Amino acid sequence: MASIGKIARRTFLVGAAAIAGGVAVGYYYYRKPYPNPLDNELAEGETTFNPFVKIAADNTITVIAPRAEMGQGVATSLAALVAEELDVPLEAVTVEHGPASWAYFNSAMFAEGGPFAFYDEGMVAELARDAMGGLGKILGLQGTGGSSSIRDGFDRMREAGAAARAMLVAAAAARLDVPIAELATRDATIHHLPSGRSVTYGDVAAAAATMDVPASVALKDRKDWKILGRAQKRIDMLAKVTGAPIFGIDVDLPDMLYGTVRMSPRFGAKPIRFDLSKAEKMPGVVKVVPIDTTYGAGFGVVAANTWAAFRAAEAIDVEWGPSGYPADSAAIASALRTALDGGAGSALRDDGDVDTAFADAPRERIVEADYEVPYLAHACMEPMNATARLKDGVLELWSPNQMPTITRQLCAGLAGVDQEKVKVHTTYMGGGFGRRGEMDFSMYATLLALETDGRPVKVTWTREEDIRHDVYRPAAAGRFRARLGEDGMPAAVDMRIAAPSIVASVLKRTFPSLSPVGPDKTISEGAHDQPYSIPNYRVSAIPVDISVPVGFWRSVGNSYNGFFHECFLDEIAAAAKVDPVAMRRRLMADYPAAVKVVDKVAEMARWGEAVAPGRARGFAFTLSFGAWVGEIVQVADTPSGIRMEKMWIAADVGTAIDPGIIEAQLISGAVYGLSAALGQEITFADGIVEQSNFHDYDALRIPQCPEFEIAILENFHRMGGAGEIATPPAPAALANAVFALTGRRVRRLPLAGDFAFA
Amino acid sequence: MRLTVNGTAIEIDADPDMPLLWALRDLAGIKGPKFGCGIAACGACTVLIDGQPVRSCSLPVGGVDGEVTTIEGISAGGTLHPVQQAWLEEQVAQCGYCQAGQIMSAVALLEAVAEPTDAEIDDAMAGNLCRCGTYPRIRAAIRKAVALKLARA
Repeated sequence: MASIGKIARRTFLVGAAAIAGGVAVGYYYYRKPYPNPLDNELAEGETTFNPFVKIAADNTITVIAPRAEMGQGVATSLAALVAEELDVPLEAVTVEHGPASWAYFNSAMFAEGGPFAFYDEGMVAELARDAMGGLGKILGLQGTGGSSSIRDGFDRMREAGAAARAMLVAAAAARLDVPIAELATRDATIHHLPSGRSVTYGDVAAAAATMDVPASVALKDRKDWKILGRAQKRIDMLAKVTGAPIFGIDVDLPDMLYGTVRMSPRFGAKPIRFDLSKAEKMPGVVKVVPIDTTYGAGFGVVAANTWAAFRAAEAIDVEWGPSGYPADSAAIASALRTALDGGAGSALRDDGDVDTAFADAPRERIVEADYEVPYLAHACMEPMNATARLKDGVLELWSPNQMPTITRQLCAGLAGVDQEKVKVHTTYMGGGFGRRGEMDFSMYATLLALETDGRPVKVTWTREEDIRHDVYRPAAAGRFRARLGEDGMPAAVDMRIAAPSIVASVLKRTFPSLSPVGPDKTISEGAHDQPYSIPNYRVSAIPVDISVPVGFWRSVGNSYNGFFHECFLDEIAAAAKVDPVAMRRRLMADYPAAVKVVDKVAEMARWGEAVAPGRARGFAFTLSFGAWVGEIVQVADTPSGIRMEKMWIAADVGTAIDPGIIEAQLISGAVYGLSAALGQEITFADGIVEQSNFHDYDALRIPQCPEFEIAILENFHRMGGAGEIATPPAPAALANAVFALTGRRVRRLPLAGDFAFA
Repeated sequence: MRLTVNGTAIEIDADPDMPLLWALRDLAGIKGPKFGCGIAACGACTVLIDGQPVRSCSLPVGGVDGEVTTIEGISAGGTLHPVQQAWLEEQVAQCGYCQAGQIMSAVALLEAVAEPTDAEIDDAMAGNLCRCGTYPRIRAAIRKAVALKLARA
């Protein structure tokens, strides 16, 4: 991997949000704790111990889980961390997202932001992790992404629970006039065993909050866990099976108006001619106004109800300007291929001497392949929306978002109020997948709230606006070559990956005055950081300047590099006539956690044994977000097309906080990847996205969904993520299975372009 | 305009062309049915009209001529419907946005077929999209709901 010398010549690219956040809060220094945002929000009788715990006199215990709950179960698992150390049952806890606050910074989201592989524990990598993690704290960036929430909260949330418990016990000791050592806690009650007396947490909460915060707390040993490590009942399940109005789109406020937007379908283009008169005269319409932001230009409609707003938006007569990027998919693909032909790019992995290894390679020992993948939309089930009210100099936002502090910052700017005058209510989210880390939907709601004289306005996008105004998973192309050694193993591998830079795109729309520095590691992540030892091994990232907005899509660059890397290894194995799983085991020999994952999934699927006639299997592995994941897909040839029958997944997450939720996330991530691999693509004609709704941008339906068998391993000594980790290997495992079934190697997604699927 | 929703007659002042979904959500304040696509392609808005599953996003409210049941109307007297109970026990929902529609489709299925086969489950649920990939647990929950319903009967 990267040597100190190579690293020293590079500048780390921290990520747009981090650089940008520094503008606002860079004066905070590393050790200084942020003020507790709950201090200003306590209800009558409530006491707060730290930004994560509130206890009321009636023994109501509230835990703040300050991460976006978009389905991944984070509210449940973060609350479980606190409940475990507070010694209260999870069912006894009320969970809230809490306000936007720097106190809820996410360090773990940044800790892996450097160009180091997860298994690289050398001094430079570790120093970088400390520095980047510290940066997350300094910037005070509250965000959900990078499969980081539990890694970030594992210590902090448990310490918050333990510290509150220690203060409650100290207060009880004073109240009962007994030594602390004679007290025990159970079910939110403190018992004095010798006398049989007890007090509830609520009884002593107010007194406890005045106690000194302990300088350090001892956390429970894992063997003493009662909640963690076990599947819990999700705290949001009852609301979700009863249709409770918990999502952003369900927000209902007194005197509320409804709105929508119609933005330029060509990114970066403005209206060059428009006539609003027809739209303005439609029934129920209050106002139609131009909108112009860093996200795009267009129009907002305010109306008496959502349907009236939709109809009026459709009735706007407008001609849009031209696009500033290649106008159709063929031209975009051509730009990517041209980039592969061109410059060297940034080699984030460069082991051995690749050029020399290929210089004298005989033709028959060379394997070469070009791959490509299309843009993808997130297509969250809940279309983008937000509600805003600007009244008496206070901007209030109800926003299903993954980035509360940046949302607050940018919307404050639009409304012309200080950040302290912005309240962000983060609702439950009907899917996120990275899309809700953007600010556009909150910004548009803010702009329309400037037009409604203090009345709140809920701004809901149509599905068509949502699909056509996403920040897409980048289209990407890769050129791969390998030299086979005499033993059938790859002696040299050279991988070149070209894609638009996500970080550059994010900066342009969020903090356009800033320029990105250094290579964008998202271009080659999932390829340059995999646990394989190959003597000559180079992976280069080539940024391509195409101004279609791109963003973080579940598993980011891993989503396509998992496909590229693992299909190409499958090609190498096929060319060398080596079993692809056996080949992985040999290449991974330096990484025992990886080998154990491969062994486990192979054992579950009985890899190597004869498969029933008309069936075949494919294997793939990706290390992403600190988790090691192997997947095997079995496909069958049926009269109505190729059917995905079964999928086996083994994942090493280091420490599994909630195996039930992790299992759900593994299936979820895999289905997300399979959906893309099978049928999804965003294409362009005349600078406009051609797809618009689920009829032409669909996802897996229940009849197509394979059966799953899951194993969760805990071998590696550091914790990994869960939410995104099963997505990267899924397309490759499927494509490799389809190759095994048909003998046809297809190097372009989606596969439905080349094969019929049942 | 008069509608019967969850056993209660309600009066709403709606353009008859307005989809039932928006009449329920914006005018009647019934938020269980969700907006997902507006073209009857995802099933998030599924409600029952006289027991039949209908995509409320694509049905003009003026054309409704039966009793509308939304997810708010299936748990009588504070007891969860067996389908909801099964969803709870199998821990089906992730983001949860599509689940009201999934549950309504499953309720309709089990009214029509007491013990559906796997193929019948797939057929009945194919119109309900879930982006979180909860399908394996949906299948398990429907099988459990069959058992719960038989036990209650």
